[in-house]
Amino acid sequence: MSEMRRVTAICNGTAIDHIPSGHALQVLRMLRLDVGRSNPISMVMNVPSGKMGRKDVLKIEDRELNQEELDRLALIAPKASVAIIRNYHVAEKRTIELGTELINIVRCSFSNCITQNTREPLPHKLKIISAEPMEIRCSYCGKNQDINEIVDYII
Amino acid sequence: MGDLITMDDLTNEEILQVLDSARRLVPVAKGEVYLPLLQGKVLGNLFFENSTRTRMSFEAAMKRLGGEVLNLSSVGSSVAKGETLYDTMQMVDGYADIAVIRHPNQGAAQYSADAVEIPILNGGDGAGNHPTQTMLDLFTIREAHGSLEGLNVVMVGDLRYGRTTHSLSHALVRFGAKITLVSPDTLKMPDEIVSDLKNHGGEITETEEMSSSIDSADVIYMTRIQKERFPDEDEYMKVAGIYKLTEDDLSEAKAGMIVMHPLPRVNELHASVDSTKHAKYFQQAFNGVPTRMALLCRSLGIDIPEVVK
Repeated sequence: MSEMRRVTAICNGTAIDHIPSGHALQVLRMLRLDVGRSNPISMVMNVPSGKMGRKDVLKIEDRELNQEELDRLALIAPKASVAIIRNYHVAEKRTIELGTELINIVRCSFSNCITQNTREPLPHKLKIISAEPMEIRCSYCGKNQDINEIVDYII
Repeated sequence: MGDLITMDDLTNEEILQVLDSARRLVPVAKGEVYLPLLQGKVLGNLFFENSTRTRMSFEAAMKRLGGEVLNLSSVGSSVAKGETLYDTMQMVDGYADIAVIRHPNQGAAQYSADAVEIPILNGGDGAGNHPTQTMLDLFTIREAHGSLEGLNVVMVGDLRYGRTTHSLSHALVRFGAKITLVSPDTLKMPDEIVSDLKNHGGEITETEEMSSSIDSADVIYMTRIQKERFPDEDEYMKVAGIYKLTEDDLSEAKAGMIVMHPLPRVNELHASVDSTKHAKYFQQAFNGVPTRMALLCRSLGIDIPEVVK
């Protein structure tokens, strides 16, 4: 059975395909869709994929993700494909790009970093050192971030 | 532009220019010549953490060049009342032309540089970087060996928390150094630094054993195991006193090999080494003055005359 038949088509919203298997819940957290939202969300996990072996898929109804949200997505699912759906058709395909710096998206996890003081007003800044394998470093303290835990440090 | 936060802020050519300037400034640093290049300028000396050599040598450097110094210590100041670093820096931005900052939190120097207009020099941030120490270390090495190229450097002790070795190793691999890192497993150089060093083409060896590295070394850089950086006393006691360099260890060392130490020392560097031709650590401490003079001038855009007389 193909994954398309596991979840019904949505009328309007965003479909995120090719999420690494098992990471859909992290994507929801990263996009801050796991709390306080009323949009219906459909999720399939661990479905067979020609490209990836196994993958997760998310469909978010009545919500078009903006570029800042897609930048967040790049941290967990840099190879995901994003389609904006309008009236049951793919109206736009959006690409995910991992930029060179993340500003106020994730905070540094290092306990002795100057940015741990929540009253310090300057933005949290992390530099992308390499995309594959993903290596992210705090622009202030220079500490490498644990990619597997990065979702715990989203702002 | 005039900031110095990590050694990445200087190209190899700029490093050599600063070291050339420092050499010209030695008579001024010794007080033999008065050269008021920084007259009318004010240095903010911001030490949120204790310091002896860095603070005093910056102050000496500024005063020997005719400048003034404002000292801030966190005890009893607004910092102790909970002021943010951002707010403190806004004040300093108004009072001084340039500032050196030492802070217990890593990243504090870059954060300060982002917060203000005046040039910021990193005087040590947590276990992060200490680039002005690196510059005086490079000055010491270059004056002894005539060049920074292709040296065999052995770094010993606390390589995890010891920020001097972090900045120095970064700089040395850019000049083709072969570096041997000697430390107990718990105090190894952080992985991201070792990976950076290797990415820059550095030939890096990590070991727990010191003695076999001594005879082929051009530089032995000893560091103190820093009690204050250990979360608990038991962990400290496991590794305290693990390395002790004595005069006897140096019997087969190369004639031109130099022993360095950022000081203070405890028992890792025995006093018997002091009288050998290899000992360079007190010279190294003095070299902080001409090197920091050169760095202050660079950051403030002041040219140093070719001949200082």
